Order: sequence, then C-alpha cells, then structure tokens
Amino acid sequence: MSAGSQIPADSAAPAGKAPGMQAEAARRADVRRNILLTTPALIVLFFAASGPLLIMLVYSFLRPGDYGGVQWTFATDGWASVFLQRDIFDDTLSVADAHLSIFWRSVKLSILTTFTALVLGFPTAYFIATRPVESRNLWLFLITIPFWTNLLIRTFAIMEVIRNQGLINNILTGLGLIDEPIQMLFTDFAIMLGMTYVYLPLMVLPIYASMEKFDFRLVEAGYDLYATRLRVLRRIILPLVKPGVVAGSILVFIPSLGAYVTPRVLGGGKNMMLGNLISLQFGQGRNWPLGAALSLTLLLIVMVALLYYVRSVGKAESHHG
Amino acid sequence: MGVEGCWIMAVREEATAIDGHNVSKIFGTGANSVAALDDVSVSIRQNEFFTLLGPSGCGKTTLLRLIAGFDTPTAGTILLEGNDISLLPPYSRPVNTVFQSYALFPHMTVAGNIAFGLEMLGKPKPEIDDTVERMLQLVQMEHLKSRRTSEISGGQQQRVALARALAPHPRVLLLDEPLSALDYKLRKEMQIELKRLQNETGITFVFVTHDQEEALTMSDRIAVMEHGKILQVGSPREIYDHPAERFVADFIGDSNFLTADLTSVSGSSAQLKLPSGKAMTASLPDGAFSKGPATIVIRPEHARLTRKKSGAAMSGTLENIVYIGTDTQYHLKLPEGTAFVVRSQNRRDAQEDYTIGDELGIEISANAVQVLRD
Repeated sequence: MSAGSQIPADSAAPAGKAPGMQAEAARRADVRRNILLTTPALIVLFFAASGPLLIMLVYSFLRPGDYGGVQWTFATDGWASVFLQRDIFDDTLSVADAHLSIFWRSVKLSILTTFTALVLGFPTAYFIATRPVESRNLWLFLITIPFWTNLLIRTFAIMEVIRNQGLINNILTGLGLIDEPIQMLFTDFAIMLGMTYVYLPLMVLPIYASMEKFDFRLVEAGYDLYATRLRVLRRIILPLVKPGVVAGSILVFIPSLGAYVTPRVLGGGKNMMLGNLISLQFGQGRNWPLGAALSLTLLLIVMVALLYYVRSVGKAESHHG
Repeated sequence: MGVEGCWIMAVREEATAIDGHNVSKIFGTGANSVAALDDVSVSIRQNEFFTLLGPSGCGKTTLLRLIAGFDTPTAGTILLEGNDISLLPPYSRPVNTVFQSYALFPHMTVAGNIAFGLEMLGKPKPEIDDTVERMLQLVQMEHLKSRRTSEISGGQQQRVALARALAPHPRVLLLDEPLSALDYKLRKEMQIELKRLQNETGITFVFVTHDQEEALTMSDRIAVMEHGKILQVGSPREIYDHPAERFVADFIGDSNFLTADLTSVSGSSAQLKLPSGKAMTASLPDGAFSKGPATIVIRPEHARLTRKKSGAAMSGTLENIVYIGTDTQYHLKLPEGTAFVVRSQNRRDAQEDYTIGDELGIEISANAVQVLRD
C-alpha cells in the first residue's frame, strides 16, 4: 500500500489522529516529493556553481605557479594585488591605478549599457505588448533571431560596420559629410554599442512579460482622469511593469560587468574590462591567485549592486503604498 | 488648469449637457469598414439620467467612448455645454468614466485611486484630502480607504470606481455597463445607489446598458439603439408604452405583434381593425401613416383571458401555461395561426383555472394597442 492511499483511510476513522496532524503529514509528503524532483538540478548547481567557486576561493589564497597553476602555500598576495601593486625595484606598495581604471570602466560601461538597453528596450516591449495577440509571437520571434548566430560572428559584424573603412564611415565619406573617418572601433563607445546590441533582448523579454500582464484599460482610465501621456507613463505604466524593468536591468547589468568577447573584439587590447583582466591573469599573466581574487571581487560587486538595487526598489514600492 | 474655468460661462445658457450632431464612427477602411455609429444626433439634458440601451454591437459603447474622448468621430461634432469637444484628448475634457472593468489602479490604495484625478488637475493637497473624504463618505467606503483595490470585493470596487470618477466633479459622468459584473441583489442595490448619487451630485449621468430592466428603473430618458442608430428617445414610460418601432417593442419587455388594418388616421391616434374583425383605437408614433395594413404591438399584461368569447377582441386556443412566480403566461394560438401571449398576475383569491386546449376569448385594455413604424 502506498503512502497516498493511506491518507483517506485515516480520515475515514475520525477517532484516530487529529485532522491537523493528518494535514501536516500530507504536507510533509508533499515536501519530500518536491525535494526529490529538484534533486537533479540541485546536484548540477552544487557541482557546477559552488564547486568551482570553492576552488576559486582556495586558489585566491595560494601562490602563483611559475608556468601558471598554483603552488600550495598560503599567501594573500592575490587579494593584495587586486587594488595594490608592488614596485618591482623597491618592493613598495602603491594603489593599482590600472586595475582601478578597469574596474571603473567596467562599472561605467555596464551602467551605460543597462541604461541604453532600457531606453531602447522599453518602447520595443511596449510596441510588442500592444500588438494583436496573434502577431505578438512573430515579433518575439524576431527579437530572438540574433541568438541564432554565434556571438563572436555578430561582434565581428559590428566591427565591420563601425571600423574606419567600415559601412558607416564609408557612407559618410562617400556623401562628403566627413573627410577623416570617425574613430569608433576600439573605443568605450564601441564596447557599449556591442554590449547593448548583444544584451538588448534580455531587457526586452522580461519587460514584455510584465507588460503583457498589464491591463491597458488602465491607460484609458488615466487619460480619463486628466493624466497626460507622460504622467500616465510615470504614474501608471512604470509602477506596474517595474518588476520587468528590474529583472531586465539585472539580466543586462550582470553579464555586461563580466563581458569578455565584446570588449576583447571591439575594445582592442587597451580598453580592457574586468572579464579581460581576469582572463589575462589565467593566460599570459600566469597569476591564477590574482585572477581568482579578481573574479571573487567581481562577484562581490554584483552582489552589492543587486542588494542595493533590490532594496531601493522595495523601499520605493512600500513608499507608494 | 484652464480645463474648468472655460466651462463655467457656457453652463448657464445651455440646457443641454451633450449635443451630438450627425455623429458617425467608422472602423476599418474600404470593404472591411464597419459603421459603429451611423449619423447619430442626440441631445442629453443637464442633470438628467440618460441611458443608451441596446444589444451588444449596437454602437452604444462607441458613442460613450466618443463622448469620453477615447475615440474621435469619423464625421459630425460633439458639443459639451455648447463647446465643441470632438477632437479634444480625454484628459482635456471635464468628463469622467466609470469603466465596465472598473479599471482601478492596482498599485494605489482606495484613497489613492480617488485622489488621482484631483492630483492630475493640480488641486492643492488640503482640497484633495477634503474631497477624497467626502467621496468616501458618499459611497460609504471610509473604513476601507487605505486598502489596496485588490483587497476589496467587487461591489466595493464598483463604489471606488464611482467615487474616483465623481471626485473631480465632472460636467458629465459616463457609465459603461458598470453593474454587469455584480450579482443580482447587489445590482439592485447599486441601481438605487446610482440614482441617489445622481440626485445628490446633480451631475449629468450617461449610462450604457443592454439590460432593459436596468434602463427602465433608473433612467429619466432612454435612447434605444440598434445597428449604429438611435431608434427612439423617450422616458421609460414612453418607450415601454409607446414603442415606435418593432425593434424597440421587441427589445424592451415582451410583445405580441399582429397585423391590423388602419381604417382612419388622425393626429396621434388611429382606428383599426384587428385580424378578428374587431375595431379598436390605437396610438400612433410620429411619422406619416396612411390607411391600410400596419404592424401593431400589444403587451401581454395589457390583455386578459375570458371564458366568454363573444364580445372579446380576439379568441384563441390555449397551447401552453408558464408559471413564473409573480405571473403566469398563457400562450395562445390565434385562428390565423399567430402566437399570442397573455400575462396575468397570480393572485391567491381569484384562481383562474384554464387548461391546455381551451378555446378562450382575449380582452384588450383601452389604449393598449400601439401602431409601429416600419
């Protein structure tokens, strides 16, 4: 007899257990079943996320090996060199300006990318959500088309568009609007453009998801109650689709902060972002502890940013109520 | 904001609140185009409870949306107290709407919803608070003012929607089937409540419904609509007792339609001959009538059954008896094959005892015959 068929038998005998206890037993059986269902995913998450993270944590406190890898002796040099650098001649410590500027560029470009994606993605999501139901899927399908092509190839395509002898510059020179090509490739602008292009769907989809649930009759109610277009947007639409905006912003900000391919191809060698700096330490830099420490620092930045964001959003929400 | 100031001047001179002149609204283009409103002219008086009544798709909601400003007319003009508002955006019209779905803002409290329109008009904070309090009292919702709109019942949401639309004190309040989502009892209560609110505020109400009973009980005047046209405008009594067209008679209340022969026509009354040969006096609607065959309507409750066939207006065979609580409906077949329904109130003292198959006489009350235009 299975556990499930015993429960009705219990309830048929009122002299037995109290109904509360019986419900409790049923609830526990439910929890047990759900844990079983999630176990495969939990195992993958544990080994694929926690495992490597743990290794990173250990490596960050070791000494770098001569040809990459690590020596198993405890050291804090990896963490120290995240923000500090040792002078190779007199061993004095000073602030690592190069690292700081890379940190700053990463954060700055990620914020700019998130903002640009929001400004471009919000109207797009609004457009799709206001189409007739039958044609919405087509528009969503179009949004996903860029995902069909390899990221590297798409990034090279952007390069082809913005380089000095590329599409934009050739057209502008051909029209006689400019004499010298505008330097766009290998600038922060190029990185931001590339990242916005790559991550834009990640902004559009969550905003669309919350806009789809939005009752557009509320917009008419707003107009009816003397709210102009801008006020309807600010007072009615934005507060109600905020979960989508928050999710989209997080989904764009996090990968931007750790982006590797886009800054590598479009930023050239000198405009590095955190992802490139980390990769450098595991490659030519042969400083795995520093690379591990940088990775964990990136993780901390993301966590702090997320906590701050989530808390400020929560506060704004309770303020409204 | 100038929205209010400019209206005050016009108020005194004009007795009408809304004037629609030859208003048309066509959706789509070319072969797919549909005329939701077809050259409609209507005049709604100040402080009246005016109902647009008709089946779904008759254009009543379209007319309401044109007055609210959510759509613009394809042709014609709409005047609000003498000022052309046809092309004004909804936020520049001193007109508010109670939506069928209520459309309350879910991220605001009850009080927040009511205050919204006043805030958008830029009213000072003390005045807003004051008005919100008054509105909450008016709809008896003071105790729930800081609740979220998702935390209150449908009937309460309905009240909030009303208070929200009344708070800016619009010149005209538009109500788009606001009671259709409520259950029967609550709907009855709200009908009385709406009538009370209209009296207390003195605001012109334009009410859209497909429920004839609702229209009859609440309205000062009713406009019956079909296929984008207004067929008849009049008080509930005029509409019910003197329908001008077959559709109006059919849509409101139960009707017996017969073909009669007009023998003489004078002013608003006519002499006619029923199919049974009996001569009767009937009322005529506006329009030109000449002698000859015409469609007439007789309400089932204006007819009476009798055992004495001689002297009765008509006679028929009883085919079915339907008991409906307060009344009983007797379905008869006239000699020429037409169906005829007689309704009589159920009384405890005088029990009528007819059985199916009986040959019965039908007596018709004086002034109960109405000639239809068609």
